[in-house]
Amino acid sequence: MAAKPKLHYPNGRGRMESVRWVLAAAGVEFDEEFLEAKEQLQKLQKLQDGNHLLFQQVPMVEIDGMKLVQTRSILHYIADKHHLFGRDLKERTLIDMYVEGTLDLLELIIMHPFLKPDDQQKEVVNMAQKAIIRYFPVFEKVLRDHGQRFLVGNQLSLADIILLQTILALEEKIPNILSAFPHLQEFTVKISNIATIKKFLEPGSKKKPPPDDIYVRTVYNIFMP
Amino acid sequence: MAGKPKLHYFNGRGRMESIRWLLAAAGVEFEEELFETREEFEKLIQGGTLMYEQVPMVEIDGMNLVETRAILRYLAAKYNLYGRNIREQAWIDMYVEGLKDLSDMIMFFPLSLPGEKEMNLEYILERATTKFFPVYEKALRDHGQDFLVGNRLSWADIQLLEVILMAEECKPSVLTGFPLLQEFKARISYIPTIQKFLQPGSQRKPPLDESSIESVKNIFKFERGMFLKNMSTIVAEY
Repeated sequence: MAAKPKLHYPNGRGRMESVRWVLAAAGVEFDEEFLEAKEQLQKLQKLQDGNHLLFQQVPMVEIDGMKLVQTRSILHYIADKHHLFGRDLKERTLIDMYVEGTLDLLELIIMHPFLKPDDQQKEVVNMAQKAIIRYFPVFEKVLRDHGQRFLVGNQLSLADIILLQTILALEEKIPNILSAFPHLQEFTVKISNIATIKKFLEPGSKKKPPPDDIYVRTVYNIFMP
Repeated sequence: MAGKPKLHYFNGRGRMESIRWLLAAAGVEFEEELFETREEFEKLIQGGTLMYEQVPMVEIDGMNLVETRAILRYLAAKYNLYGRNIREQAWIDMYVEGLKDLSDMIMFFPLSLPGEKEMNLEYILERATTKFFPVYEKALRDHGQDFLVGNRLSWADIQLLEVILMAEECKPSVLTGFPLLQEFKARISYIPTIQKFLQPGSQRKPPLDESSIESVKNIFKFERGMFLKNMSTIVAEY
């Protein structure tokens, strides 16, 4: 029996959260080894057994005998393995385009806690604008045009999962961000109600809380030279 | 018969260059529609073919593909440059993603503030020789094969060659201390399709020079001195 995937990252969302979402949505149980101090990262970086951390960075996921790094590589591998990447190359590419756009938006959320306090409020406005003007209209139109529950191919894919993650993260900062997007509102409810995702959204799951000062300090301690 | 792929971008390398490399290496002829002013870019946006109002965009197989990575992955898969199975694909993904950080730094280097140029260049070269190149040198040494993954040409090899050449433009001797990468560079450069792309008259673009930097800044509304500001999240703002 295969071992569970093992995630290496600080105890917080960051770049690993998308991976947690996809594994959870796919119904895959996983273990986590949390980085809490610089010494642990250095230990991982120094390990001789074949590039424990290929580019000396996390996220890193031990899965199927590999040590995968680079968030997108990890997400693709899991999506491919668990049939969350479409039925053919065209569907896959559509999913890819949606995911890449969403990840650009999510990136703003990931970086937000590390901005100077004076810049943080301005950045919330920027995020909201980007979401409402550039990204949400694309997905609203997709859903409106085909009338299906999922973004691509009438089945759950990486695109739905990452979009839901991003919407919920944005709603934490801007509660009414979906007010002009009725199809996205419906999408949010429907995808949240999928059994594996519903479970992930309940207390006690491995979903991490929004970043707080402790998380920010931990990240600085681990990663700053 | 399908038409040739058509690339929409400005007349320079930027994020489209990796796509040109991949198409060329695969022996695929392509057309380019290159805008030179802000007005032309806005006209393209108004045309409604840019999903997120951004470029690169490639018209291919009845689709308007956007997002550099999505485009590259489509091409790699279509032209059999993405490995034979999902494990090989994962390795190619990791190698390519790793190079992106370095290539982004080099790509944005011309936008450095004058006072920062030397410092940024030093930083780029330090990262190249201590963080990135050792990984690829080791990969080649460990398996002793001609290509990075699966003993055959893949997207990862093409991307690595592109980045090596970009780094050498910053410092010609940057591969000193990496004998396998030097051999790799020679070997991959001699693949006929790639050799053709490296010759004058191909669609390969030159590095940005002083005169084109201003025009790029105007087209994409880049901020001044954005090089090190947020290196992992450099996004062209429209």
